[in-house]
Amino acid sequence: MQPMENIRNFCIIAHIDHGKSTLADRLLQYTNAVSERELQAQTLDDMDLERERGITIKSHAIQMNLKLDGKDYNFNLIDTPGHVDFSYEVSRSIAACEGVLLLVDATQGIQAQTISNLYLALENDLEVIPVVNKVDMPNANIEDVQDQIIDLIGCKREEILSASGKTGEGVPEIIQAIIDRIPAPSNDGGTKLKALIFDSVYNSYRGVVAYVRIVEGQISKGQKIRFMATGNDYDANEVGILKMDYEPKASIGAGDVGYIVTGIKDSKEIKVGDTITLATDPCEARIDGFEDVKPMVFAGLYPIDTDDYEDLRESLEKLQLNDASLTFEPETSLALGFGFRCGFLGLLHLEIVQERLEREFDMSVITTVPNVSYYAFTTRGEKILVNNPSDLPEGTNLDYVEEPLIGAQIITKPEYIGPIMNLCIEKRGRLQGQTYLTTERVEMSFELPLAEIVFDFYDRLKSISRGYASFDYQLGGYSRGDLVKLDILLNGEKVDALSSLIHRSKAYEFGKKLCAKLKELVPRQQFVIAIQAAIGAKIIARETISAMRKDVTAKCYGGDITRKRKLLEKQKKGKKKMRQVGRVEVPQKAFMAVLKLNE
Amino acid sequence: MVLSLLKDFYDYFVAQDLFTKVNKKQRRLAGIYIHIPFCKQACHYCNFHFSTIMKGRSEMIEAIVLESRQRSDYLVGDEVETIYFGGGSPSLLDKEEIEQILAALTEQFQVNGLAEITLEANPDDLDPEKLQMLKEAGVNRLSIGVQSFREEDLRLMNRAHNSEQAHSCLENAKLAGFENITMDLIYGIPGLCNQDWRDNLERFFAFDIPHLSAYALTVEPKTALAHFIKTGSYAAPDEVQTAEQFEILSALCTERGYEHYEISNLALPGWRSSHNGNYWKGVKYLGLGPSAHSFDGRNLRRWNVANNAKYVKALRSGENYFESERLSTEDRINEYLMTGLRTEAGCDLDWIEGEFGLQLRQQLIKAASPYLETGKLMVKKNALKLSLQGKLVSDRIISDLFIV
Ligand SMILES: Nc1nc2c(ncn2[C@@H]2O[C@H](COP(=O)(O)OP(=O)(O)O)[C@@H](O)[C@H]2O)c(=O)[nH]1
Ligand code: SF4
Ligand SMILES: [Mg+2]
Repeated sequence: MQPMENIRNFCIIAHIDHGKSTLADRLLQYTNAVSERELQAQTLDDMDLERERGITIKSHAIQMNLKLDGKDYNFNLIDTPGHVDFSYEVSRSIAACEGVLLLVDATQGIQAQTISNLYLALENDLEVIPVVNKVDMPNANIEDVQDQIIDLIGCKREEILSASGKTGEGVPEIIQAIIDRIPAPSNDGGTKLKALIFDSVYNSYRGVVAYVRIVEGQISKGQKIRFMATGNDYDANEVGILKMDYEPKASIGAGDVGYIVTGIKDSKEIKVGDTITLATDPCEARIDGFEDVKPMVFAGLYPIDTDDYEDLRESLEKLQLNDASLTFEPETSLALGFGFRCGFLGLLHLEIVQERLEREFDMSVITTVPNVSYYAFTTRGEKILVNNPSDLPEGTNLDYVEEPLIGAQIITKPEYIGPIMNLCIEKRGRLQGQTYLTTERVEMSFELPLAEIVFDFYDRLKSISRGYASFDYQLGGYSRGDLVKLDILLNGEKVDALSSLIHRSKAYEFGKKLCAKLKELVPRQQFVIAIQAAIGAKIIARETISAMRKDVTAKCYGGDITRKRKLLEKQKKGKKKMRQVGRVEVPQKAFMAVLKLNE
Repeated sequence: MVLSLLKDFYDYFVAQDLFTKVNKKQRRLAGIYIHIPFCKQACHYCNFHFSTIMKGRSEMIEAIVLESRQRSDYLVGDEVETIYFGGGSPSLLDKEEIEQILAALTEQFQVNGLAEITLEANPDDLDPEKLQMLKEAGVNRLSIGVQSFREEDLRLMNRAHNSEQAHSCLENAKLAGFENITMDLIYGIPGLCNQDWRDNLERFFAFDIPHLSAYALTVEPKTALAHFIKTGSYAAPDEVQTAEQFEILSALCTERGYEHYEISNLALPGWRSSHNGNYWKGVKYLGLGPSAHSFDGRNLRRWNVANNAKYVKALRSGENYFESERLSTEDRINEYLMTGLRTEAGCDLDWIEGEFGLQLRQQLIKAASPYLETGKLMVKKNALKLSLQGKLVSDRIISDLFIV
């Protein structure tokens, strides 16, 4: 085992696309942690989904070994995601590190979200090494970006490194700075095992694998371990460090980042943020874990095939192991049957959960209209949490509704202030402050209803500012709003899965758009279908899908039979995936119509 | 006349399935399909397999003959009642080529002396000499691709013939002594209004031809037509108009004594197509030529490669040139539903019960019930049938009844 003073645990904080994954590749290459053959671009993004989308969704850990000045060093690098939906993953990585590389794109400058992650690092007393990246780019603005960094963390100009993940320039200096500036892990002299679980995955052969940072003591293969949250004991079937693959070791000790194979099959047994200790010689107190994340958006997830309800539950449990920010509880819908109301960090998170269910668990799901969570107050003075529009008390029982607010920071160039202001006003926002960080960068603060930023805010912000606006937010309080429940009816029958809560001023427009979108997505059937949007008993929008008049193959001779049979079989299979609302068959994608209103 | 009487009798037998019943123990029926994969020019709507390059035609005929030899054991113990030259454009063939193929068939297989020998012909090929030559070669039934009598429709579809030829070929065929004639018409063409369609049908009636195949214009993917519609240079067929024209078709033809015996086929009594009828009855057939399909009458379907060069090369070198598929029980049920429901006879529920069990019968009735209620389906004498309105949405209904 490595003496603790030769260990460095760090992560990289960067805005999306500022080059974190690329720089991580250079570090891996420099330290020979991966062979040339293993080195694909963005080596750490090993989830297929990450490679395809080019974004880091999960944190990943890897160990690098190098010899410098006669000493053997172990670096543990934890890669972190950059999208605003996944800030939570970043906070977990930070808890396992002593230092952080703050990476800023020399052509883009500091972005709002980088700031919030940076503050998180500072709060956790992490050593920050600022790095201006992409200095090879002709439009690199190194000095300006250095100014911004100095403004932000009050460091000296000489302390800021310059690098290019593309050319490899500056990588040796980064390595040296990691050794010199990031403190080695320390322990408070405790000898009893204390290991922080910062991530976990489910492996169908080995059970749950916990990724841990050992804070004190050490753990060897075969020892009995205890999860302090549940008090349950298990065997450490294998322990080791994280290279490109798992690398088993006899034991791992204080300061190390590694893994423990537990053999646990039930994913509920393990909780990210929990402390692992030895059953035979337990420590006294848990490490302060991280707070449970608060989901921002809720939506119902239903199995396409109603028989798959239990499978969906199992899949969600396993996914949750690896994605602690996902929450779910059972619910039922008239239109969709048995399913789960799930909580997400944002819509991107929702989309990714849906795709991971599909890819990793072969589970196709129907997703209902996403919404934030509200408080409803009844005339009898009760306060009810509403995560599903259907839970809103009906009629005269309802007194009023409160909706969640956020405090948002947007950093942009002065020329985009106007359009951003318009967008935020359209989204029922209130400007709360405007500060010039430099002459070229201004920070605007808004209070906005959370519900308004869930849908298409981020994308629109990006497009009106041509990408020169970054956005970050924190949950604020609740405030009373003029919110109404908008229902969708198909041939007079209410489709609970399509109900939503919406501000009265937007209900008409929204209802109209939704009906039009549904008209596109619901296939014609053998009878006329009326699509209506209603607030209470009042119809506010309507579309009609005409009846299918003709659906018949012209020729059905010798050579046509096989092809035609297969086609009709496929149709029937597709139909099986539809949900019946009264007589109307509704396809899966229609339930997602809300998300596609602007397409 | 004697011939046509005999033909009546024969058709009656086929229609009632009496041959299969009578001949069960002795000899089974079979048909042969020959695919002639050449055309003068490509019609915009066409997704059949053909080539407009005539080079290699004699090699193709040789390969087809070769295939018939290689597959001579396919029809052992079967009597060939129908032969069908389809395509492509078989009317491009000359006398020698047709004779060459027919000689090979009679040599290899038990061909009934009264076999129905159909040839698909394009109007532009049917001059008096060609017709005489077809007759001499042994063709006794013509299927003529008129498609429309209107010049604008023919141009829109890029047919090789004109309106004038559409008329004259029918006269010529009758003059040459062909009685057993069928022609194709297409409806639902953009620009063909209901009155135009009635006029087309009236012209057909005027020729006193005993059989008509009428097809709704279908926009198949990857055709020129699909492309033109996508780019907006052509209008898409109008669904309501197509449906109305189907109703007009059925009404006018029924008035004139034609039986609407399959969704796209209408015939005077005694003049149904034996060859096509056998496809829907699940009778065995052998398909020769590129892209041709074969069926063993039970559960094996196979189809040749849809590529002229590959087909010829494979036959010469003895390489594999086809793919096959064994039908599961579900596939067989589905095929029976698909082909049976399109015909006048419908699907025989007793037969289904006997072959696949009572449970399936009940399951089908249950799946059919919404359509039975709306009158799109009906049960008559233990047969499940489509009404006229049901035929219009038959794909949907059939797929709903499918077992998957
Ligand atoms: N010119 C240049 N491009 C870079 C550099 N580092 C990353 N990139 C490019 O910037 C994009 C985003 O890089 P990536 O590492 O995925 O960023 P991440 O989202 O922070 O992980 C990719 O197209 C990279 O090829 C650099 O140092 N110089
Ligand atoms: S003649 Fe027949 S096979 Fe040839 S292109 Fe036209 S429709 Fe297709
Ligand atoms: Mg990345």
